[in-house]
Order: sequence, then C-alpha cells, then structure tokens
Amino acid sequence: MNIETMDYQKLLKEVTTILGRFSKQDRTIDETSLLVNDLGLDSLQVMEVVHDLEDTFDISFPLNNLSDVRTVKDLVQEIHQLIEAG
Amino acid sequence: MGLFNKLEPIAVARKALEEFGVDPFNVVIEDIISPTEALIMGRRTLLVGTNNYLGLTFDPECIEAAREATLLQGTGTTGSRMANGTFDSHRALEGELADFYNCSNAIVFSTGFVANLGMISTLTGPGDTILLDSDSHASIYDGCRMSGAAMIRFRHNNTGDLDKRLGRLGERAKESLIIVEGIYSMLGDRAPLKEIVEIKNRYGAWLMVDEAHSLGVLGKKGRGLVEEADVEKDVDFIIGTFSKSLGTIGGFCVSNHSELDLVRYASRSYVFTASPSPATIASVRVALKAVAARPELRTKLWENANQLYEGIRKMGFTVGPEPSPVVAVYMPSREETLVCWKALLDQGVYVNLVLPPAAPQGKSLLRCSVSAAHSSTQIEGVLKAFASLPRG
Repeated sequence: MNIETMDYQKLLKEVTTILGRFSKQDRTIDETSLLVNDLGLDSLQVMEVVHDLEDTFDISFPLNNLSDVRTVKDLVQEIHQLIEAG
Repeated sequence: MGLFNKLEPIAVARKALEEFGVDPFNVVIEDIISPTEALIMGRRTLLVGTNNYLGLTFDPECIEAAREATLLQGTGTTGSRMANGTFDSHRALEGELADFYNCSNAIVFSTGFVANLGMISTLTGPGDTILLDSDSHASIYDGCRMSGAAMIRFRHNNTGDLDKRLGRLGERAKESLIIVEGIYSMLGDRAPLKEIVEIKNRYGAWLMVDEAHSLGVLGKKGRGLVEEADVEKDVDFIIGTFSKSLGTIGGFCVSNHSELDLVRYASRSYVFTASPSPATIASVRVALKAVAARPELRTKLWENANQLYEGIRKMGFTVGPEPSPVVAVYMPSREETLVCWKALLDQGVYVNLVLPPAAPQGKSLLRCSVSAAHSSTQIEGVLKAFASLPRG
C-alpha cells in the first residue's frame, strides 16, 4: 500500500474495514462511531485492532497513543499522523 | 456513588457470582495444612492453584531460618531500601542471587510486581520503545505505562511479529527493550527464547526476561528459561519473584550491566516502599540454596506436571500449548467455567478461575498449578475431579 498518496477517505475506508472484522454490533461504522460503546470492542480486541492496523499500514502504533482515541475519526487521525511521521 | 460509578460493572458481575455461594475471587483459606492442602469452607481441599512450585512454604529449614531472623532482627525493617531498610541480610541475598545467576549485580525489591514496575519504569522513558509480548503480566504492562516509553505489543510468542516490529523502528531499535517471560502465567508456555535472542542481537536491542514462573522450574540448576535455552550471556535483565518457587514474597533483578546499581537511586518503587522483612530474606536465602542443591524437587514437579497435563488432555479437554507446571484448561464459556470451578471446589479441589480479560484471547480458563509437594495420589484425585465435571 502506497501510504504517501493515501488520502483521508481511503484511510477511513481501510480502518472501517478492519474494525468491521472485530465489531460486535450490527451497525454501520462511520467517523463518529465510538470504539467501545458503539462497536462493543473490549480492551483486548482494541489491541488486536492495533496489531492489524500496524501490519496493514506498516507503522508502529504505541499503545500509549490509544488513551486519546475514542472514535473512529480519532483512530484514523492518529494513524494519519503516524504515517506522516514515518 | 460518585467516584465509585466506574465500578458499577464490577458490582453487577459480583452480584451474578453470589448465586454460586462463594466469590471465586475472594476465597478464604481458613486453615493452611500443608503446601498442597487447606481448609476452605470447612472442607479439606487440595490446592492446585498456588504457584508453590517447589512446595517450600513448609520447608523446615526455611521456617527455622525465618524464625531465627525474626528473633534476632525483629518482625520488619519499617523502612525502604534507601533509608533504614537495607540490612546486612538484604545485601547478602543480593550477592547470593548474583552468584546463583553468574551475574555481577542484583537488586532485591519488595515484591515481584514492584520489581517489574521499578525496573521497567527506570530503565525506559519517553523517547524509548518497549516491545512486549501480548500475554505479558499486568506488572509488565503497568511498568511500561509508568515509564512513558512507546509501548509496542507483539503477538504472543510470535518471533516473526517481533522481528517485523523491530524492523519498523529503524535505528530506534537499538534503544528499545524487549520484554518476555520464561513461562507465561496463564497458559504455561515458554517463550521461544533462543530465537528471540537471535533477533535481539541482530537489531542490537535490549532484552528483559521475567522468570517469575520459571525460576526453580526450568534449567538444571533451576535458573529458569535463560539457563534451559543456554542464553544467559545474551539476556540483559532477569526479573524474578520470591513468591512462587521460593515460597515467600519479594522480587529481584539480576544483570551483568554494572550500571544496574544506579537503579537503586532512581527507582521510585525501590526508594519509596518498605523492604522485605528479615524473616522473608532469611527464608529466601535458604530456599535459593535448595533450588540449586535439590534437583529432585524439579524432577518431582515435572512428573506431577506431566501426569496432570496428560491426564486432563486425554479426557478430551483442550489444554495449554505444552506440558508445564501451569496447566491451563480452556473452557467453552464463562458460565461453564464458573460451574466447573465450583464443582471442583465442592469436591475439595481448588484451582484458579480465570475470566476475560485476565486470560489471553478473551478465553475462560480453569488454571491449575502443580507443586513438587503434590503426591501422585493427590494428582490422581485432581484428575478424578476433572473427569466428573459436567461437559457441554
């Protein structure tokens, strides 16, 4: 995946697909979805999501960065920053 | 409720447990009879979940050493290692730990949990990176969080995953600390340490091995997985506990890095907590000698471990990945785990109940740990109790 040319929407789509594999709720995932309350992810699943995100985007995603992540949008922005930081 | 509002889910879960007539997470030992038996709810009960691997809690020499130390030095130090809490015996034990591991330096902490907190949070800080196995103990996770270092988690025992994550760090890999365990506490499996050492050396990273469940259990002299895998010279820091094979409470770190001594001045969990009591230190010193001098304890431990692991496996239960003194029995659901745990207790067999998120991969487990002090007949009794469990 060429991360340099990936725009936000493409990133969102990719992240949404990954989250869809873990979500316990039968609902549409959008930017405003809350990872825990809306998607029903528990702490272990969130960490599994991080593994998949790291491997999909070839990034290091420190668990410390999760503390500010509540919504899908937060997550996408965090990944965007990590990609930009190289 | 105010501040307690966040504990509401726990209150709900605990209420659901009440119908079992016993809270599995607050079992009271009414009388401890031996390393392998206790009185629980008025019943003589086999203990198969104590991590008392070598059964030394009732060793006469350990008890006598603790008694003598109490008589001579009092019941406690009432101070931290940095203040008035370093007695000659604390220093002597550190010397003996260093000798035992053929290392130059050792530090004794007040618990194993505190040893991880203190070492990890002092060695690493903002700007550093820690790569930790996903099944790491809570004390490792907490130490990492306290440190402020970037925490990168790799899939359990997956060396390819570790390699890939180190590779992404580039030059930063040289300033990173890899943390693994000798035997993992929940599933009882070993880390693939030889492969991890090869990766560590290739990237120039640092390596810490927590031998909490493998000290006294693995290696000809009982030095743990680092000894068994013959990688003692390649491991930067070994963490251990006194509260399992050594039968008391406390923790330590050994290393060949001479700078380890500086940690004493910087580690808050060393500086600001009371040191282990004289009785604890005296007992550990005797137990440590027994680990090396009494290999028959390890032989018996492994006989028991294999008997229990194979016995439960042959009944058709799904067990942990390899035979080990920690025998993890996977259960199909949380509810069945609770029912089976209670059924075992009603038959006089105590094992650990492990529910998510304490167990890896969101699983529910009946976790057994065997001791060298178990007789073969006692293990047969445990197997008989497992055989009678209701099966979905």
